[in-house]
Amino acid sequence: MNSIETFNLTKKFKNRMAVDSLNLSVKTGEFFSLLGQNGAGKTTTIKMLCCLLNPSSGDAMLLGDSIIKNSTVVKQKLNVSPQETAIAPNLSVKENLELIARIYGSNKNEAKEKTEDLIKKFGLYERVNDKAKTLSGGMKRRLSIAMALISDPKIIFLDEPTLGLDVRARHELWNILKNLKGKITIILTTHYLEEAEALSDRIGIMNNGKLGAIGTAEELKKKADKNTFEEAFLYLTESEVIS
Amino acid sequence: MKYAIFASRNIKELLRDPFSLLFGIGLPLFLLFIMTALQKSIAVDVFEIKNFAPGMAIFSFSFISLFSGMLISKDRSNSFLTRLFASPLSASDYILGYSLPLIPIAIMQSSICFVVAVFLGLNFNLNIFVAILALIPVSLLFIGIGLLLGTIFNDKQVGGITSILIQIIAFSSGMWFDLNLVGGAYKTISYSLPFSHAVDLTRAIILNDYSSLIENFLWVIGYTIIIFGFSIIIFRKKMKE
Repeated sequence: MNSIETFNLTKKFKNRMAVDSLNLSVKTGEFFSLLGQNGAGKTTTIKMLCCLLNPSSGDAMLLGDSIIKNSTVVKQKLNVSPQETAIAPNLSVKENLELIARIYGSNKNEAKEKTEDLIKKFGLYERVNDKAKTLSGGMKRRLSIAMALISDPKIIFLDEPTLGLDVRARHELWNILKNLKGKITIILTTHYLEEAEALSDRIGIMNNGKLGAIGTAEELKKKADKNTFEEAFLYLTESEVIS
Repeated sequence: MKYAIFASRNIKELLRDPFSLLFGIGLPLFLLFIMTALQKSIAVDVFEIKNFAPGMAIFSFSFISLFSGMLISKDRSNSFLTRLFASPLSASDYILGYSLPLIPIAIMQSSICFVVAVFLGLNFNLNIFVAILALIPVSLLFIGIGLLLGTIFNDKQVGGITSILIQIIAFSSGMWFDLNLVGGAYKTISYSLPFSHAVDLTRAIILNDYSSLIENFLWVIGYTIIIFGFSIIIFRKKMKE
């Protein structure tokens, strides 16, 4: 079964085509990465799928509901960890988590239980009562992803979750993401190719608003006839190859 | 009731920034003390406590615009609002969630202002309570301005624009000098803005002169409706950008 299906999903900003007739299917429980250079259309695609941006044309179905016709229903099923850390700076770690749980419909007790659970899973216990703004970059990212998971989403969108993190913090976050594999559908955008290669079941490569290539990391390397994923990515994002 | 959950977060954010709150309450009180002391040496009508305290209550509200504008613009700049826009919260949840927490802060500001004014010589009577009540809808004007600024501008711009706004409020409201003495175009422009009407409204209640109350109240409410209306339209548009 597919969690996400897009049908000629298109977004045009004045004269610029940001996403051009995107047709994409993501299976339930799949870890799918969306790669591309800056301005390729990754973030615009994610924003449309999260109902943050209206498509210019086309549609997408998330677990059977249209992002255009049933955005309220769709929003209840998904959650997002945006590119920036997106936390309430003067609230504590615990308060941030409880806030999001309650916004998605949990009562006070449920919110507390879910918060306790995620604080343990994400190793945030020592800083649970500290204001979010005092956390390190890595801790803020962990909190941000925990906030995206506290609503028990069926689909989670992670927009460059390891951006700006040091190697250790990035690997810690990878371990957390690996543990989520198969449990929910994960859509990841990243500029770190090794991250996509290490974590993803399948990878889509976007260029100039179009989905140029799709497959496992191995399939993409074969398609490009290259030995490394980085070489394959560079080859597949050359405009003439895509077109 | 999701707006109440969001509002409780916003009131925590506001109250946990004590520097801003102290400034919003402390500066008007400081001016109240200074001008009352000066009034004893140089008698000027506008600085009499019965005239000046209503002006300072309105002046303290200009910081409400700063608080709400900064809160929203910061939520936008660190993508916290992006996270919330992807949630099931509706546009009305946001507007109520951002606006409601500022009303008790406004009541606190005006109450503290009048309590201090009583210590400085203002007659303690029922009019003070009526003025505090009348200032609740007036505070919506300043909350609406903050919503509008925070929705359009980033946090750095909001800081700068609010500084200009504070000056406009100070010079167009008649809190520092009698607008009738200046007259001409200055008076006309000042009375086409809502701030002079907000000060006159509060003064009228304190002075127990209800003759122009309705007119001043309508000016303030009219502006409040227009500014809130614009804020809601722009906020809804931003939700889909």
